[in-house]
Amino acid sequence: MELIYDGSMDSRLFKDILGKTIRELSEQDNDFIYLDADLMSCIGTSAWACENPERGVNCGISESNMIGVACGLAATGFKPVVHTFGPFASRRVFDQVFLSAGYAKNDITVIGTDPGVTASFNGGTHMPFEDVALYRTIPTATIIDITDVPMLISVLKQCKDLPGVKYIRVGRKSAAKVFADGTETPIGPAITLREGKDVAIFASGIMVHEAMQAANKLAESGIEAAVVNFFTIKPLDTEAVKKFAKQCGNIVVAENHNRIGGLYSAVCETLARENTAKIDVVAVNDEYGEVGPQDYLQKRFGLTAEHIVETVQSLLK
Amino acid sequence: MDATLKKRLERFALEIRIGVLEQMKARGFGHVGGSLSITDALAVLYGSQMRVDPKRPDWAERDKLVCSKGHAGPAVYAALALQGFFPYEELKTLNQPGTNLPSHCDRNKTPGVDMTTGSLGQGASLACGMAFGEKLRGRDARVFLVVGDGEANEGQVWEALMFAAAKKLGNLVLLLDVNGKQLDGCTKDILDTLDLSAKVAAFGFDTVSIDGNDIEQVYNALERTRNGGDKPYAIVLNTIKGKGIAAVENAKSNHSMAVSSDQWNEWLLSLTAQLD
Ligand SMILES: Cc1ncc(C[n+]2csc(CCOP(=O)(O)OP(=O)(O)O)c2C)c(N)n1
Repeated sequence: MELIYDGSMDSRLFKDILGKTIRELSEQDNDFIYLDADLMSCIGTSAWACENPERGVNCGISESNMIGVACGLAATGFKPVVHTFGPFASRRVFDQVFLSAGYAKNDITVIGTDPGVTASFNGGTHMPFEDVALYRTIPTATIIDITDVPMLISVLKQCKDLPGVKYIRVGRKSAAKVFADGTETPIGPAITLREGKDVAIFASGIMVHEAMQAANKLAESGIEAAVVNFFTIKPLDTEAVKKFAKQCGNIVVAENHNRIGGLYSAVCETLARENTAKIDVVAVNDEYGEVGPQDYLQKRFGLTAEHIVETVQSLLK
Repeated sequence: MDATLKKRLERFALEIRIGVLEQMKARGFGHVGGSLSITDALAVLYGSQMRVDPKRPDWAERDKLVCSKGHAGPAVYAALALQGFFPYEELKTLNQPGTNLPSHCDRNKTPGVDMTTGSLGQGASLACGMAFGEKLRGRDARVFLVVGDGEANEGQVWEALMFAAAKKLGNLVLLLDVNGKQLDGCTKDILDTLDLSAKVAAFGFDTVSIDGNDIEQVYNALERTRNGGDKPYAIVLNTIKGKGIAAVENAKSNHSMAVSSDQWNEWLLSLTAQLD
């Protein structure tokens, strides 16, 4: 696995890669089918779907119905991938995903775009800080918080054939480059991006970039921080959690999500019994979202490298 | 319809359009299409129908508006600012950090906004609850519900309509903004809703279908609804998405637009030129 992180942003947008990968998967596998709820133009699949209405299905603005239809398609042998914005892909359709997909064992992949503060100008109604928490309660669901373009491509390919309910949260804009093109990121194992002995920063999604920046800053003051990418939030790599708890004795979890129910909760649940580490968190402090540019929102909700640095420093005091 | 009133409402509609563009110019982008299609209805509502008091936005007896297609917030904000609910200058804060004017309507932020919306479909049920509540309290306030034709894809809308008819909510007026488009394109290509007017009528609404960008037709349709009675009312507004700016009306994708400030200015000028 080749790491190429240097803090620079990818010129490619997630939304274009999403659209392109969906189209490619459809060409490779005749059982693959993609459904959307009037947000095709947000991930560049509109034109293609118009020409391939049997593999790119616009369900209109009816998310709950879309999940049910996808589950019915799964029951007839298809491998459905559905897309809508994160809040609608989680809150809005929770019962349908829980029962029609999970309980009834109809395997589907759900993509929720614009997680957390990346919903920026769509504001509070569109800003899911709880999607991971919801999906975590679905037995055996798979939950992925995407870091960069190569990971998105790799994860989409894997999810297509993976059994169960799979939830992928990903922005639509660009992200910092972390993995070299063509890198496969097998779902499950956490990925150590940087070694360190004083503290381990566990991060996912957009917070991976912030964590790497924070680790650079901490190094200036002599603190050696490990950075571990927990892009698979469920099933959690509990061995990695325990290993770093032992190795560093200090853990800071950084997530673009409410501190309740997400990665931080999963880490705490893992360590509750045999904890050997001090744990703190950089996440949304049980608040609703609001409107604004993403950089403003990251400051407003405490989701920056500076917040990670401060949290690490006070944890180590 | 009285000619002076008609003139006044047409001018109000023009001013709302200007207010919508002022907001989007300041931010650079916004949900322009669906804000402009519903502008004329909002002008008639706030200009001649709704019992509201800009000084008392929380007045319990007021008529209430639920803009369930919450992304048309900018049109509602312009109407409210022009009525004096908050300073006109504040329109320039649309979607800026810390603003009281987010892209989707928020009752806890904006004076005069009666309900929080943005997740399509939910406003329909909220409006039913409000109309039901007014009735239970014995108040004569009316509740106006704006729903988009794309939004009508949501099953929740139809659950709400069933509730309204069953509970005989004669104080509820549904304004269905049929501009023929939603986010990905034309409603008939995405999920053909067929004859919405017939459907709403079949759900038990006293229904009329009119040109929703014609002030006089909207006014007459709304006047009818003052009678109350046992049936909820529906006005199917046949509108044009982006109404009032030819370039927006004709744009293939006009749901949310990001254009240069020169372009916003040019469009603004074309409207201000019509003011007198
Ligand atoms: C539940 C939900 N799903 C999706 C969206 C994203 N969205 C916002 S506006 C829109 C299209 C709305 O179309 P319509 O109701 O016809 O509004 P108009 O054309 O009048 O702007 C969509 C899909 C949303 N806000 N809420």
